[in-house]
Amino acid sequence: MAQRTEEVLMVCRRVNARDLTLWVERHWVRPQHEGGALLFSEADVARVEMICDLREDLALDDEAMPVVLSLLDSVYALRRRLRVLAGAIGQLPPEARDVLREELRKLEEE
Amino acid sequence: MVAAMSNPYEILGVSSTASDDDIRKAYRKLAKKYHPDLNPGKEEAEQRFKDISAAYSLLSDAEKRARFDRGEIDSSGQERPQRQYYRDFAEGPGGARYSHAEGFASDDLENIFSDLFGGRGFARGHGAGGGSMPMKGGNLSLALTVDFVDAAKGGKQRVTMPDGKTLDIDLPAGLEDHATIRLKGKGLPGVNGGPPGDALITITVAPHPWFRREGDDVHLDLPVTLAEAVLGGKVRVPTIDGAVMLTVPKGANNGTRLRLKGKGIPDPQKNARGDQYVTVRIALPDETDPALEEFVRGWSADYNPRRAMESA
Repeated sequence: MAQRTEEVLMVCRRVNARDLTLWVERHWVRPQHEGGALLFSEADVARVEMICDLREDLALDDEAMPVVLSLLDSVYALRRRLRVLAGAIGQLPPEARDVLREELRKLEEE
Repeated sequence: MVAAMSNPYEILGVSSTASDDDIRKAYRKLAKKYHPDLNPGKEEAEQRFKDISAAYSLLSDAEKRARFDRGEIDSSGQERPQRQYYRDFAEGPGGARYSHAEGFASDDLENIFSDLFGGRGFARGHGAGGGSMPMKGGNLSLALTVDFVDAAKGGKQRVTMPDGKTLDIDLPAGLEDHATIRLKGKGLPGVNGGPPGDALITITVAPHPWFRREGDDVHLDLPVTLAEAVLGGKVRVPTIDGAVMLTVPKGANNGTRLRLKGKGIPDPQKNARGDQYVTVRIALPDETDPALEEFVRGWSADYNPRRAMESA
């Protein structure tokens, strides 16, 4: 259920309108644009909270933030792809999975 | 069981006499370690982080800390309201928009996954077996700037690939700015007999000094002399097909719009063409011609173009 900017500001009390606009401009948060308004998905709101945590609890500044976000996004993208890969492996015949398991085991021992 | 929660000092690993500064430092250190979004795979990180946050929110509030020390409140009930962490969305559809971070092309991922099944990954030194799975090659993203007329008319363009080879591609007519052209099989080579990937070419249409595109129509401002405007006449007008003669009607005013039917952008799908709109712009010489000045002085007419404004 998408929320507008004012609603997000009501929920996330640690961010003000100016910062939120800045974060959108910097693509740290990527809400949908609809008729001049911004629509934040649940994922976008959770991301706003995450950026607040990174800024306040972890004392990340504006310079470090994009680096951390980009690394996090890379990790999540990799995990997503790994899930797809795991799904594909799950579809293989059992013999093929055995071969794969054996190869992985050998690599781990290296 | 009620409030078997551990002591907030223990959770943060500080003594009960720790200063506010020590508590903040301890909290930050633990938050860095246990923030759920920084620990996508660890289920227990969320509970740990909640405990740490609750402990910190209690101890960072001087009044609450004092009440806790006096035994007036226990460590529970300080938990932050239920919230959802980004990691709960990151790998689902909600996070998909963030999976292409700047400086992190999805092509890199394609490459890693090709490597997984390619010579460099599994098969290294292990003979046959794991490395024999055919994989489609990765996609290649390329950018191409095309000039306005070439984009409108389509035709052959030469692109230089990252490996230095050139590729001739056939652009469709009516190509729009930011369009992407997919060339099947022109991407990175496949692995173990898999098919090659595709080349994805993003088109930028360079702006033209005179032509502007709106939908399938071409717009152009046409400067005319005072004489051409007042008396009318034939003038040469550029179109994307080359110059044509256009009749400026007698008494054409500044802003008068004329249409050249079928001289716009072709749309191969509709098998139709847009029009070219020519807007008349009366141009006076940069330096006023004495003869013109003389004539205008002698010219008097009962014409006030600002009549409507003045009566307002």
